[in-house]
Amino acid sequence: MGSQRKPLLLVRELHTDFIHDVNLALSAHNCLGLHGESGSGKTLLLRAIADLDVNEGDVRLDDRPRELFTGPQWRRQVGLLPAESQWWSDSVGDHASHWPAELLSALGFPEDVLSWQTGRLSSGEKQRLSLVRMLANQPRVLLLDEPTANLDAGNTDIVEQIINDYLRQHQAAAIWVSHDPAQLTRIADSCAVMDQGRFLPEEN
Amino acid sequence: MELIRLSALDLSISAALVCLLAGLSWALHLGIGRQLLIAASRSTVQLLILGMILKTLFAQTSLWLIALMTLVMLAVAGYEVMARQQRRFRGSWGYGLGTLSMFLSSFLITLLALTVVVQVHPWYQPQYLIPLLGMLLGNTMSGIAIALDNLTRNTWEQRQRIEARLMLGHEWSQAISNIRRDALRSGLIPIINAMTTAGIVSLPGMMTGQILGGSPPMEAAKYQLMILFMIAAGSGLGSLTAIWAGSRRLFDERQRLRLDRLSSAHK
Repeated sequence: MGSQRKPLLLVRELHTDFIHDVNLALSAHNCLGLHGESGSGKTLLLRAIADLDVNEGDVRLDDRPRELFTGPQWRRQVGLLPAESQWWSDSVGDHASHWPAELLSALGFPEDVLSWQTGRLSSGEKQRLSLVRMLANQPRVLLLDEPTANLDAGNTDIVEQIINDYLRQHQAAAIWVSHDPAQLTRIADSCAVMDQGRFLPEEN
Repeated sequence: MELIRLSALDLSISAALVCLLAGLSWALHLGIGRQLLIAASRSTVQLLILGMILKTLFAQTSLWLIALMTLVMLAVAGYEVMARQQRRFRGSWGYGLGTLSMFLSSFLITLLALTVVVQVHPWYQPQYLIPLLGMLLGNTMSGIAIALDNLTRNTWEQRQRIEARLMLGHEWSQAISNIRRDALRSGLIPIINAMTTAGIVSLPGMMTGQILGGSPPMEAAKYQLMILFMIAAGSGLGSLTAIWAGSRRLFDERQRLRLDRLSSAHK
């Protein structure tokens, strides 16, 4: 990272009652791989950055502090994809105002997917559809909590490719939580580990 | 028509029936006899005291005494709303939310009924004010208690769905809209049912009382209609206030869902 560019996402001294001071900076196109045991605070860190849990610290997007955004504005820019997706309405189409058609077809969904019943989706379908639903907001930062945990190898490849393309096309950055070391070497530009609420960058 | 006065013996006969029921409960191991007897004794003491208090109030028509009486009624109703919540708001909100909503709806509507509809002089004539307010408070209390309990319970159960919508950048009001709608609806169902069956299945309490007291049935029907409409407006307005303020309280200024503002489950 030799560029003098301002980081896209800057986090300084972010802390909650579980997470200790976290400092990190992410530039556009960058993907930070995050791993650590369950219960180490990976999900809580993502939630704090998305401003879903009470937290303190200086978090900036494009050098603009998040206090300049309302909560919803911030979360449209800093999209969190939870490990388990939730569906509050009967039909898939109700869950976003528009669905990027090229993403749906890239993930192997037919055109009538928007009329499908959410109660009948498989866990893999839910995971892929929730990715599309989030990307429809065109966030600048993606916070991905094990986005391929329920997917087979073929779909995992496709999702990795889609996210990689997205970062490039939209000048976006990502934090990607994964338990799979091979996946992290494939997708991450740098890595960090969470350990009991502490965020520890790793040298590669 | 003359009011037939009840003697102590008349009351004892009806009380004996309750004791019989308690005995049955004991014999059948229903485990409700004790509660039944306590509730019956409570109502005896409470109503006799109320009778005495009203006797004094009616004789004096003092605004201050009446105000004191209405505040006591409100305070108890507020406590009752709180006690019926499985998950209450922590801090002063737990008691304040229901109480304030009831105050706004019941007191305003009673005032309206006394000054514009019935046109009593003076408007605080206790013979009208206390029963009207009592009926409004009682019904609004149930409505608000049900609506609030629905709001907090469903929010707790559906927190992941609400947060999923927040994550996608929805406004808090959008994220909780369906829960809010259901809660309001549930608060209004008792009075809607009461209005639907009034006069067919059930003879409403106020009308019964007036007829027993010797009023012409048509007059009793008109009073009953007025009070039904007032109750509907009161429950609706009260539930709306409570649900609006309560759902707002579930989110903070960053529009995060703040379930830590609810206590853990009671009961």
